[in-house]
Amino acid sequence: MQIPSSVLRIWAVFVKELVQMRRDRLTFGMMLGIPILQLLLFGYAINSDPKDLPTAVVVEEQTPLVRTLLQAMETSGYYRFVMQTDDPRESSDLLARGEVAFVVSFPAGFTERLVRGERPQILIEADASDPSASSNAIAQANTILNRALRHDLAGPLAGLSATPAPFELVTHQNYNPEGITQYNIVPGLLGVILTMTLVMITGMAMTREVERGTMENLLAMPAHPAEVMLGKILPYVAVGAIQTAVILVAARFLFAVPFVGSLGLLLFAVTIFVIANLALGFTFSTIAQSQLQAMQLTFFFFLPSLLLSGFMFPFRGMPPWAQTIGEVLPLTHFLRIVRGVMLKGASLADVQIPLFAISLFTVVVMIVAMLRYRRTLD
Amino acid sequence: MIATDPNALAIDVRGLVKKFGDKTAVDGVDLQMPRGQVWGFLGPNGSGKTTMIRMICGLLRTTAGEGTCLGFDIAREVNEIKLRTGYMTQKFSFWTDLTIRENLEFVARLHQLDDMSATIDRVIGNLGLMDRQKQLAGDLSGGWKQRLALAAVTMHTPKLLLLDEPTAGVDPQARRDFWDEIHRLTTEGMTVLVSTHYMDEAERCDRIVYLANGKKLTEGSVADVIRESGLFTARAEGDGVRRLASELQGKPGADHVAYFGSALHVSGADEAAMRAAIRDVSSEGVTWTDVRPSLEDAFIALMSRAGEDHRTHS
Ligand SMILES: Nc1ncnc2c1ncn2[C@@H]1O[C@H](COP(=O)(O)OP(=O)(O)OP(=O)(O)O)[C@@H](O)[C@H]1O
Ligand SMILES: [Mg+2]
Repeated sequence: MQIPSSVLRIWAVFVKELVQMRRDRLTFGMMLGIPILQLLLFGYAINSDPKDLPTAVVVEEQTPLVRTLLQAMETSGYYRFVMQTDDPRESSDLLARGEVAFVVSFPAGFTERLVRGERPQILIEADASDPSASSNAIAQANTILNRALRHDLAGPLAGLSATPAPFELVTHQNYNPEGITQYNIVPGLLGVILTMTLVMITGMAMTREVERGTMENLLAMPAHPAEVMLGKILPYVAVGAIQTAVILVAARFLFAVPFVGSLGLLLFAVTIFVIANLALGFTFSTIAQSQLQAMQLTFFFFLPSLLLSGFMFPFRGMPPWAQTIGEVLPLTHFLRIVRGVMLKGASLADVQIPLFAISLFTVVVMIVAMLRYRRTLD
Repeated sequence: MIATDPNALAIDVRGLVKKFGDKTAVDGVDLQMPRGQVWGFLGPNGSGKTTMIRMICGLLRTTAGEGTCLGFDIAREVNEIKLRTGYMTQKFSFWTDLTIRENLEFVARLHQLDDMSATIDRVIGNLGLMDRQKQLAGDLSGGWKQRLALAAVTMHTPKLLLLDEPTAGVDPQARRDFWDEIHRLTTEGMTVLVSTHYMDEAERCDRIVYLANGKKLTEGSVADVIRESGLFTARAEGDGVRRLASELQGKPGADHVAYFGSALHVSGADEAAMRAAIRDVSSEGVTWTDVRPSLEDAFIALMSRAGEDHRTHS
């Protein structure tokens, strides 16, 4: 069987790139080092289970019941009471200034209403601008309070300790309505890491040839622009695959992120996303004059990806103009896919729109690359 | 559509112009080069040799002018041209982070050579680099890099070889080998256009084309160019030569005064005036002989006749 000459030429470029990549130890190390470093930094910064968080208490009565509940919270280790007040304004100021992470409020007449079985509310307001800091403490609050009550409500009040709890716990996650948790961040990191490393590395693909003076030779060879592009992109698909494997394994075993969806579907989406980023990097390298410029373009793209994709800030919390920019970025769509598949068990039908968006982005970017590719030295 | 006519010109371009911004690097050059010959491209630095070669093989778009290379249009059929030409760049442009063998493999794969590894073995054997084939190309010395480049651009047996100063920095023996190789390739039917600054290399060409300031100053065989210069040259040797140079400089009749090794060549278009100038200066410790003007004399004359020296240093 005759292999098409185009495939052979892509193969020629592919082998050359692979050898050069392997020989460039620093870059190669960076491609594996960056994901691991980012995972550890982001992952552990959020996964650590912060305790001893400064807390203000707003309470107007000092009954034994309230004292028991407060004591239980403090002994849980999550909350450290730094001040007690009966003025809610004072405590919200502290929260706004970040001096306390929580404000716990007991309404007036709490004990009395609890005894009457009226299920009074306990309000925990959290500074959720750093969700990783507050989420565990909040998640534990109900258990802590319930357990304390069960101890205390003996004798005539024992009937109250049955479910539902004799009080209602209300939590307000201020400053971060979506309440992103670490489960959101580790899958998101997959997209962030792939974006950053792959765009940057292919961004240098053509500029390196220009800077080293090998461009003239490459242009003198009988290879079409599309063949050069594919040959230069394909080795890095393998790099993307390795990075994905590292992150997924870490998500599972280091951070215990649940994986409820289809791995096959996720890998399919990752492949498309990887190609989108590589194509974009290649396009950058046809626009930039030097490796430095390619690097700058990469960051110019990476920053909005990081900030406007819904990785850093909840997408729906952003102003409309920012959402519009976000919709153009492949990372935005990838985050929807990866979170959907990993955390919610989304099916192909559920993620077809973001998948289509990423594919469309790839095609457009590749066309731009072909139009921008220098066929001559001018 | 392959140009099959063996009599057709290998290169046939007319009125090529190349401007970079408002600087004109090549200014209306024609070139009609038959197949199977070796032509030399000469001219001072910045005269447009490299630019001209790049336009011929489709690496630079022309600002004006048109033509064919191996029968293919230099603007529209660049890919056909690339398949059939070998272009050796002035500056080494193979991949320094690939080994000698890997560079050759890359070229061989792109040209889809049959029997790749045997071909490469043969090429490396001819180069005498068998035991260094796993060395990075960037670690080769300058002269060896040139040899590797020549081997790489001829591996696919192109019909036309464009060599841009292939022997710059190559030692004399290697330079001789290089030229023997070039002549051997032409006996196999290859056409070679080679740029050079060496007069002895120019003398080995079937025909030379002399560029200056982006214009073609002259073209012809070595004998033609010398004859066309219409020069008469006398050669002074001996201890007194150093003193003579300054005395002769600017004298009527002594159009060009230039050292050749330790000897001094005095050339003039007007034989009588030239001899008068020589008689005028003291001949103490100097012996004069009449010589055939060298190619270099002819070029110096051509240059100064064409006007001041426009050499650009950018
Ligand atoms: N890419 C470019 N951009 C701007 N000017 C250029 C470019 N390439 C060449 N030139 C200019 O065109 C002129 C001709 O250059 P070229 O390299 O063709 O000369 P050359 O005859 O090969 O010289 P040399 O003997 O030094 O190699 C020079 O003045 C050079 O500065
Ligand atoms: Mg040159």
